[in-house]
Amino acid sequence: MDLYEHQARQLFEEYGILVPRAEVTDSPRRARVIARGLGGRVVVKAQVRTGGRGKAGGVRLAEDPAAAERTARQILGTDIKGHPVRAVMLAQPVDIESEFYVSYVLDRAAGRFLAIASAEGGTEIEEVAATRPEAVARIPVDPAEGVTSAKATEIVRAAGLPPRTADILIRLWQVLTGEDAVLVEVNPLVRTTRGQIMALDGKVTLDDNARFRQARRGEQEDPHTDPLEAAAAARGIDYVKLDGEVGVIGNGAGLVMATLDVVAGCGARPANFLDIGGGASARIMSDGLSVVLSDPDVRSVLVNVFGGITACDTVADGIVRALDTVRATKPLVVRLDGNNAARGRAVLGDRAHPLVHQATTMDEAARLAARLADTT
Amino acid sequence: MAVFLTKDSKVLVQGMTGVEGMRHTRRMLAAGTNVVGGVNPRKAGRTVEFDVPRHPEGLGSAPRSVPVFGSVCEGIEATGADVSVVFVPPAFARAAVLEAADAGIGLAVVITEGIPVHDSVAFCAHAATRGTRVIGPNCPGLITPGQSSAGIIPADITEPGRVGLVSKSGTLTYQLMHELRDTGFSTCVGIGGDPVVGTSHIDCLAAFQDDPDTELIVLIGEIGGDAEERAAAYIRDHITKPVVGYIAGFTAPEGRTMGHAGAIVTGSSGTAQAKKKALESVGVQVGGTPTETARLVLARLGEPATRSDVTHS
Repeated sequence: MDLYEHQARQLFEEYGILVPRAEVTDSPRRARVIARGLGGRVVVKAQVRTGGRGKAGGVRLAEDPAAAERTARQILGTDIKGHPVRAVMLAQPVDIESEFYVSYVLDRAAGRFLAIASAEGGTEIEEVAATRPEAVARIPVDPAEGVTSAKATEIVRAAGLPPRTADILIRLWQVLTGEDAVLVEVNPLVRTTRGQIMALDGKVTLDDNARFRQARRGEQEDPHTDPLEAAAAARGIDYVKLDGEVGVIGNGAGLVMATLDVVAGCGARPANFLDIGGGASARIMSDGLSVVLSDPDVRSVLVNVFGGITACDTVADGIVRALDTVRATKPLVVRLDGNNAARGRAVLGDRAHPLVHQATTMDEAARLAARLADTT
Repeated sequence: MAVFLTKDSKVLVQGMTGVEGMRHTRRMLAAGTNVVGGVNPRKAGRTVEFDVPRHPEGLGSAPRSVPVFGSVCEGIEATGADVSVVFVPPAFARAAVLEAADAGIGLAVVITEGIPVHDSVAFCAHAATRGTRVIGPNCPGLITPGQSSAGIIPADITEPGRVGLVSKSGTLTYQLMHELRDTGFSTCVGIGGDPVVGTSHIDCLAAFQDDPDTELIVLIGEIGGDAEERAAAYIRDHITKPVVGYIAGFTAPEGRTMGHAGAIVTGSSGTAQAKKKALESVGVQVGGTPTETARLVLARLGEPATRSDVTHS
């Protein structure tokens, strides 16, 4: 889960990293009040979970509180790369002497975290990395040791950063490990004209798997998720809303992704990703089907299950249960194979629901679901 | 010979006495796995009785009793175990794998899903210093059909054969095993869908290249990271056996996690298209669907496409 800039800023502050004075709001009138409190002249920054905000007009300087209100009104409600702006952060401007870049990223191939640092920070860091890789230091961090002061000094020297940034690197590592983050990035890290080292903008991505030991995750989560995704999450189902018309349900992330691709290969567009997981109960299947059927964009549903641990007759029971409780108006194509497949097919055959079609292979099932979505 | 796991492997199960551990230990025993013990410090000294179904079906079942040890170390001393299968919940997985590595186990197969990535980084790094191979986490384990199964891959899908398979996904592994059930497999390894895993596609490619029982390798990948691109470079430089690939996730949107923690396209990196291109550029045929992938395998092996595309109801 990506944090908003203002959430990242708050974490940095808690871990003792200097950040600009700032406040967040969703109201233009409140923006004026905040600007006054911050000294009048402020930077108005759209809060969206995507990069390239500045270039998209989401970061602007306002000279006085009235201008802050006007600017906030202009930015709020706009859309940056598909992300609606629901809040702005107003921050005290900082006089910058020089800009740097520091981050800890997960190096998946090496199975460890990597410190990335450069004395050339700012928005063009990707370009610096591409054109002059020698200007970007990449230092692996031994997980058993973490970022000690010796390691921080090594990073600082390799990147040509001011020696005082070593302390920031240690504290950022504490953010990474203390918050179970998989990415912590400060860009730019600046030296102000008054000589302070300050984190001006930041990105933090948290590890969803660590929710069980991170008490604050609930409040950090975005309340503005898709209603269908919220309904699925409440039932403990892995669901991602997509923009097509064929609802897809399967077991196992890989098989569901493959099913989406096969549907797309048949000329239709998948409406969602839904994984009922391994060893799913009839109830999970039934809940999953209810979620997909409640999506107004869905015109047909494809259930593709290869029973490994999952028993196909249990899946079939779940489908029947959902059909008995939800008034289904959309055709269903079901492909069951593997563990207890014959029994599962028999359960569906006995129920003989007019909207349920059985298919014997994944490809055939996808073709049929695509055709049904086209004609319903 | 197979890779990583044979009939001679002696398997301990960490978390055997939990619900998942019990269910899958029974299935492993039925698959022929030599399960020599479970580990649970609170139940040390007891034995657990398993009612193991005999294959083929209809032959009834036979009781098997498996001892529970207080630690992996005790289990190894008493039985000579060389493999551990880890079913413990996410919060305890780190300690379990560190314990197994410190006890000197050769292979730790971590089935547990939902382990924080900092924990996986820590135990994978520690295991490497102890000479322990970690497979997983968040994986279905591995199976050498006809010999042994360490994990949760169903043993009744297919028979021993000449194909080696490595995959990030459990159910896609089952699907391919099913499609190629008449051909059979030397070993199938599910390496797991997390961003950090102990054993990579490359490790498995190297093992299959050296395995005389493996004639052809199937490589299944999915969106996220660059493991498949790295595998492609490795294939170009080191693999002489034919490789057939499949990649899932062409329709995945950017920035969304698709079920597996590691399955995410970030910006323009980690896309299925880039992975397919990388594999094809080194001469790996990549199937558009699992079924087409199976057909490519049969064609390379010179076998007729008997049942792979046809159902068997």
